[in-house]
Amino acid sequence: MSATDTRPAPRLSLGPITYYWPKDKVEDFYAMVADAPVDIVYLGETVCSKRNQVRFEDWLAIGERLEAAGKEVALSTLALLEAESELIRLRSICDNGRWLVEANDMGAVNLLQGRPFAVGHSVNVYNDRTLALLARQGCKRWVLPVELTHETLADMQRSRPEGVETEVLGYGRLPLAYSARCFTARARNLPKDDCRYACIDDPDGLLVSTQDDNRFLALNGIQTQSARTMNLLPELGRMRALGVDILRISPQANGTDKVIDLFHRALDGELDPIEASTSLEHLMPAGPCDGYWHGGAGMDVQGRTGKAA
Amino acid sequence: MELVCPAGNLPSLKAAVDNGANAVYTGFRDDTNARHFAGLNFTPEKLTEGIRYARRKGVRVFIALNTYPQPGGYSRWQEAVDRAADLGVDALIAADIGVLEYAAQHHPELNLHLSVQGSATNYEALRFYSDHFGVRRAVLPRVLSMSQIRHVIEHSPVEVEVFAFGSLCVMVEGRCILSSYATGRSPNTYGACSPASHVEWQETSDGLDTRLGGVLIQRHPKGENVGYPTLCKGTFRVGDNIYHAIEDPISLNAMELLPELASAGVKALKIEGRQRSPVYVAQVTRVWRQALDAFERSPDDFRPRPDWTAELGKVSEGAQTTLGAYHRPWQ
Repeated sequence: MSATDTRPAPRLSLGPITYYWPKDKVEDFYAMVADAPVDIVYLGETVCSKRNQVRFEDWLAIGERLEAAGKEVALSTLALLEAESELIRLRSICDNGRWLVEANDMGAVNLLQGRPFAVGHSVNVYNDRTLALLARQGCKRWVLPVELTHETLADMQRSRPEGVETEVLGYGRLPLAYSARCFTARARNLPKDDCRYACIDDPDGLLVSTQDDNRFLALNGIQTQSARTMNLLPELGRMRALGVDILRISPQANGTDKVIDLFHRALDGELDPIEASTSLEHLMPAGPCDGYWHGGAGMDVQGRTGKAA
Repeated sequence: MELVCPAGNLPSLKAAVDNGANAVYTGFRDDTNARHFAGLNFTPEKLTEGIRYARRKGVRVFIALNTYPQPGGYSRWQEAVDRAADLGVDALIAADIGVLEYAAQHHPELNLHLSVQGSATNYEALRFYSDHFGVRRAVLPRVLSMSQIRHVIEHSPVEVEVFAFGSLCVMVEGRCILSSYATGRSPNTYGACSPASHVEWQETSDGLDTRLGGVLIQRHPKGENVGYPTLCKGTFRVGDNIYHAIEDPISLNAMELLPELASAGVKALKIEGRQRSPVYVAQVTRVWRQALDAFERSPDDFRPRPDWTAELGKVSEGAQTTLGAYHRPWQ
């Protein structure tokens, strides 16, 4: 590890809440975050524009409180933009004039070009040529698409444009797909136009198992996630060596404070990443995975024993 | 409206041309396109022959280079763009920003289309591809309703092509990695969804199980029709219910929407199925040609003929069809 220790540890970020939580839960969650050891917090609705518990003004107010608590705030945007009403909302986010905006669709990139912006993992940055073009438009930060490997990341890092930060999703259920169809509504036999906000009942998504009881996916409205939680903390050494700037945690319904704490202590060198990962596994709704990073199927578990680190 | 038909090989290309396609779309024999299947697609020589055949009958030939190269394999995509330009294809269908930029810079004469794999569902995204690469047409993901398509076209700087028939992606194309979650291979990285190399068929005392990457996708009782285990069409358990949690094995058929698609300003209709047989291509192309001709003759009283619907039903996945996202209640 000696060669890797010379590089600074990545900063820690907290991704947007991907689920639909009641406003009180969201407020409580960010009250916790204000005192938690994360550096960057992404705010906003990224999955479904019908979700209306927390409105744009509420997000701004939460952002102000977090900023006052010393956090760097960024606003995240919808991954699937279809209706004009969604574009209107997107434009106000892009024009907020205060915080960095994370584009999760090329429509947002189009609105943000010429200003500093970030691109999230649903924008397909699969090669250096793509990243270079986005950097020329103002991209200051990109998130590695979740299906790419550490080898591809190493290639990307070698030709990374000046002034662009690299962020990697380090912990969370994987975002696997987006659809026009709401699978939560489908599960409840409701039409999407009368969904009754059914996803508010599933603060960690709705579990999909195979017929032989393998916990496989989680339905989150129009988004499909992995049931397993990806954890790349055992790869911390490699990430430092690769010059990863930011490590992202994706919020879950319970225990996000503990996840942040474990990551923070591992980044500080206070906890061994493998040991911390054993504790993390107890917090996961359906166990771990890390296959994508290692070049396998996303659901695979490879680095758990630390042999790959 | 232009009828754009699939050609996985030369016999399919000829079948499409002979049965009334206005354009055919093809791919090279590797992972540079999203139908990277064994034995499918074109060598440069076969494509030259195909282009010659199509040109004689006034049919255009497109090539899809619509997967996402990673730095390690990038040169393969670059060479494929050069090859497509040399062959003189009528359009290059691409998704990756790097590929589009390379094509626009090095082959300014190439007519660029944004692939459905580019995930552009709104006109702001289309403006980006038009402004930066001079893209002239975009294929929209199969997630928009009829009124949303109309709205996109009203504000779009580029022509719009939509899917009219064939297997139905229920997810936004280019942003679905369900396949690689189970197998390590996705349309973006490998050019195939639910790849055959990862499929297992397993006889049990009750019937047949199909697995993908070891994940049980479908459990067929004895005597039931066995379908291909595409991940999103599997039968899973949610709570106490076992059902098609994501989508039924069903195909898209937008024929009854022809008048609406035309009045919305859709410029081209795409038939899915480069992996299907020349017989499929011939049948589907013939029926759609008849429908489009009938519509153009008398647009005001167009209705799909029952024999067309029956013929398309026979070649549809699960022998069922849907209007998909075009029809709002499906969503």
